[in-house]
Amino acid sequence: MIPAQFEYHAPKSIPDALSLLGKFGDTAKLLAGGHSLLPMMKLRFAEPAHLIDLGKIAELKGIAQVGNEVHMGAMTTENELIWSKLLAEKIPLLVEAARLISDPQVRYKGTIGGDISHGDPANDHPAVMLALGASFVLKGPKGERVLPANGFFLDTYSTQMQADEIMTQIRIPIPPAGTGWCYSKLKRKTGDFASAAAAVQLRMQGGSVADVQIALTNLGATPLKASAAEASLRGKPLNDAAFAEAARLAMSICSPGEDQRGNAEYKLAMAGEMTQRALRTAQSRAK
Amino acid sequence: MGNSAETLEREAKLQGIGTSRLRKEDARFIRGQATYVDDIKLPGMLVGAIVRSPYAHANIKSINKAKALAVPGVVAVLVADDLKPVNLAWMPTVGGDVQAVLADKKVCFQMQEVAMVIATDRYAAADGVAAVEVEYEELPAIVDPHKSMAPDAPIIRPDIADKTEVGHGPRTHPNHIFTWEAGDKAATDAVFASAAVTVREEILNPRVHPCPLETCGCVASFNKASGELTVHLTTQIPHLVRTVLAMLSGIAESKIRVIGGDVGGGFGNKVPIYPGYVVAVVASIVTGVPIKWIESRIENISTTGFARDYHGIGELAATKDGRITGLRFSALADHGAFNSHISATKLPAGLFSICTGSYDIPNAYCRVDAVYTNKAPGGVAYRCSLRVTEAVYLIERMIDILAQKLGIDKAEIRRRNFVKKEQFPYTTAFGWTLDSGNYHPALEQALKAVDYEGLRREQAEKRAKGELMGIGICTFTEIVGAGPTKVCDILGIGLFDSCEIRVHPTGSVMARLGTMSTGQGHATTYAQIIATELGLPSEDIQIEEGDTDKAPYGAGTWGSRSTPVSGAATARCARKIMDKARKIAAHLLEVGEGDLEWEVDRFKVKGNPSQVKTMKEVCLASHTSNIPPGMEQGLNAVDYYDPPNLTFPFGTYVCVVDIDRYTGEVKVRRFYALDDCGTRINPMIIEGQIHGGLTEAFAVAMGQQIPFDESGNHLGNSLMDYFLPTAVETPKWETDFTVTPSPHHPLGAKGVAESPHVGGIPCFSNAVVDAFAHLGVTHMDMPYNSFRVWQQCKALGISTR
Amino acid sequence: MAEQKVSFKLNGKAVAVSVEARELLIHTLRERLATTGPHIGCETSHCGACTVDIDGMSVKSCTVLTVQCQDADMLTVEGLEQTTGLHALQEAFHTEHALQCGYCTPGMITRAYRLLKETPDPTEEEIRYWMAGNLCRCTGYQNIVKAVQSAVKKMAAA
Repeated sequence: MIPAQFEYHAPKSIPDALSLLGKFGDTAKLLAGGHSLLPMMKLRFAEPAHLIDLGKIAELKGIAQVGNEVHMGAMTTENELIWSKLLAEKIPLLVEAARLISDPQVRYKGTIGGDISHGDPANDHPAVMLALGASFVLKGPKGERVLPANGFFLDTYSTQMQADEIMTQIRIPIPPAGTGWCYSKLKRKTGDFASAAAAVQLRMQGGSVADVQIALTNLGATPLKASAAEASLRGKPLNDAAFAEAARLAMSICSPGEDQRGNAEYKLAMAGEMTQRALRTAQSRAK
Repeated sequence: MGNSAETLEREAKLQGIGTSRLRKEDARFIRGQATYVDDIKLPGMLVGAIVRSPYAHANIKSINKAKALAVPGVVAVLVADDLKPVNLAWMPTVGGDVQAVLADKKVCFQMQEVAMVIATDRYAAADGVAAVEVEYEELPAIVDPHKSMAPDAPIIRPDIADKTEVGHGPRTHPNHIFTWEAGDKAATDAVFASAAVTVREEILNPRVHPCPLETCGCVASFNKASGELTVHLTTQIPHLVRTVLAMLSGIAESKIRVIGGDVGGGFGNKVPIYPGYVVAVVASIVTGVPIKWIESRIENISTTGFARDYHGIGELAATKDGRITGLRFSALADHGAFNSHISATKLPAGLFSICTGSYDIPNAYCRVDAVYTNKAPGGVAYRCSLRVTEAVYLIERMIDILAQKLGIDKAEIRRRNFVKKEQFPYTTAFGWTLDSGNYHPALEQALKAVDYEGLRREQAEKRAKGELMGIGICTFTEIVGAGPTKVCDILGIGLFDSCEIRVHPTGSVMARLGTMSTGQGHATTYAQIIATELGLPSEDIQIEEGDTDKAPYGAGTWGSRSTPVSGAATARCARKIMDKARKIAAHLLEVGEGDLEWEVDRFKVKGNPSQVKTMKEVCLASHTSNIPPGMEQGLNAVDYYDPPNLTFPFGTYVCVVDIDRYTGEVKVRRFYALDDCGTRINPMIIEGQIHGGLTEAFAVAMGQQIPFDESGNHLGNSLMDYFLPTAVETPKWETDFTVTPSPHHPLGAKGVAESPHVGGIPCFSNAVVDAFAHLGVTHMDMPYNSFRVWQQCKALGISTR
Repeated sequence: MAEQKVSFKLNGKAVAVSVEARELLIHTLRERLATTGPHIGCETSHCGACTVDIDGMSVKSCTVLTVQCQDADMLTVEGLEQTTGLHALQEAFHTEHALQCGYCTPGMITRAYRLLKETPDPTEEEIRYWMAGNLCRCTGYQNIVKAVQSAVKKMAAA
């Protein structure tokens, strides 16, 4: 219940934060919402000597439409995503996913940037970012770079973000009008991580699939883009056989771990079932 | 006796028995002004935190305190050797065994207590715990109770290796605790041998944990000058704790004060005396300052009294019409590393022999074999009425299994086997006399309310389409209110209980009892009883429990015993006062006692209704000289009640589930609970108890377990994995009732708060199994999380589209 | 380790404390500021018994560092009482029998307070969804839902 001791820093700007990160190196951890890191510190699974709190940096907040994209500061909370009228209208997949993360109190503090940059395959946003074709703005001592979500996640707790960088912004292209969506998450109870989850975006044209994105949560060392499943659907009509084949292909890329949620066989089957559910629901929402 | 509007109005003003009056105790809770143990701060108080074993079974090679003692704020580090001079390294348990307070040379379960760090605040204490260095030599662990009695099994308890018994009869193996039997084995075996039909099933009650929202803890305060010990404690049994502390510490019981204040839920978790309490007491004696010890949630789930872990085998013998002629139940009971749970000397397996249930079964035999394993101690807890959850689970599952084998409807088979109304009082084949019951109408009322036949039709239609829908019925009989002292004792202390009433001159009342509320609303319900008995408003009746300096002796609250035992004591105590009040009223009215009649809140002279003395007037008069010659002033009494029998609430529950065969998700569509607890003191509070007990039953059935790996390591001992449902998962509950008063209870009342748990679990279970019954499934073990249910679907070949 | 001074507003009053960086808000409230309404029910941020209202958000005070609360505007159940009497939610928990042991109650009421500020007329499903960060072992939630619904009516009538 009681963390080990550390020094706390609350920089007011990104340059200040970067400077602290550079100074303390791997003895420091960034504090975003704190609802992944602090619980680990309370159990003493993590004992950083320095915490750099990003919560006072105004630049890291805000949700706005910029051209054909929505840009949101990395410290935007799940709750802010849920209540955003802009997102509800333009990127409802993100709102649906945020509503399925954790519980109301955690969502006031948990941030989209924290959820993504932690590299935890159990977190929900990474797969959603893959499905949305998002990109991430990273700022470091050498400057700023923008990386696409696809390829960002390398391994469990390992992303392309370097130890001396901070994620500042998430950029999401606005899906074309009429796009169907669904985040289908199987969990043991409210507040749990996914036993298996699938994020789907779907655009239909004349009865066939114009485009589709399918990404999976907590079914491997990273979030998984089911490219082969996507390819099997593009240009074809949707029916039970198509759903089943897409599900089979989605399952084929999964290597889920075993835990109290279930064994690998179960989670694989659930990967398929969540893929089917997400596709069917996305279809019902597509115009 | 008038039923005029005026009389009814006076009765309503009392807010006595039968009214859903709002709770008297709410004010402090809704304002955040309650006092739970962790809210207590005493001058000079230090904080204790426990160092725990990472291994399930290991020898302790060394303990090094040096680094911990060097942590700023750490005052002391206590280990077993520090407790030996005061003879407290080991303590007797309420189960007749001994338990290590701090591990002495070896540890027997993961997270067993090894040392306690005392520090100025909890932050320093936590740093101290991290700095204590313990060297272990790991030993092979026994996790599966079926392996405990293997010839080459590692010996878990070398400390009692030479003991041929630990409180409950002969042991046949070092890891054996006891074997207990009841019933007539020979007669039952004979019935089975010649039966037309028999069914047999292996049935598991998985290890679960009550997990009240407040964890366990204490503030122990020894006053060196006066030699008095005060312990603020999360407890359900303050007086028994005081007596045990006196036995353990050598301090006179009159110098020990145990205070149970506001407690954040008990559910049996706050009955045992945990090592943390004892070390805190010793630390206070040694340092002379108050010591606070509050455990964490992970400590709570991992080390305090778990529930169940009963590996059962059920067998029924029957005619081809489904009339049960014989019952044979056995259970392998995993008690963990110490036999620490509450159990009467004669009933080490609790009230398990209630397992003939609501049915007229002429021949029965049951047997429980209890063993040690390298897991935390416990077994009896969690709204179980002392192994009644296990017993009722067995019989309610088995009768469904019998119904399936014979192709008889699951409601109908119960009708055929119920004890009939005219058979009460009915003595079961195990010797329990069910004093009252009326099972048939309760069943019919419940079935009608849910349109049972309509549900079965719907189920048939859904089955034809390959959909899974289940209907679960449970018709349970509970046994609560321990209990008659001839049969029921803890460490020899009989399970009577008490009520002491003082009436004030201005007509308000103070009453104290030997029970202990942990959320059940005693401050309200006992006041209601007294209000009706004495004709004084419940609003003016103050109830106190929990402070052993003030309250009369009692065995506390567990096993739904408060209403049956202290409720009875309350009524009898009030009636003693009424006897005296009647005499005073007669004296004031200058008539004979026989000339008076009582009406709600006053004595009236028969045939002369203008001659009246209200109870309030009598209260005042009793403190004056105007009382019968030779009588003492005041209206005060105390009653200690040794119940002649337990009470037998019963009920019919019906549950409807829909199961997704592709994911294994179980959705509870409907749950209908009809309870009969005899006279209902506060219907609102009863309903609240039913809601809570059903929710805990839902949690047990649908997701709770305490899993271990082969080395005895916990695999899911925090709220990340331990299933506590939120408002989203929890179904909506429908409640109903019948009233069959207990003939031996002064108010006709029975206990009720555990019925929803005892009856709820098998109801959920029966519903889930019923969903698969048409595919040949006779039983599935809990918990019914989607993983396990999906595995069943897969085994049946129905899990893919 | 060196302590930091932190000042914030608690239930309308200015307070100041001196704490280590690692001190959790729940401990500061309960141990230094005599505010024992919020309770501790777990250490993994699941149970919600520690819920307080900070700057318009329901927050688990066991998962916040006190040093993060400089200049915060904080409300606990103790601050819900008005000079005119109990808050409608407090009364409703009483009239609907939405508490038994009372341990989850401060967190529940504090959470419901913010819920109703954001969603003044929630459906039952919405109440259950928005209250799912608060666990209760005694009531089964049914009367808690009724209490929130009752408070909605009371507050609308006021």
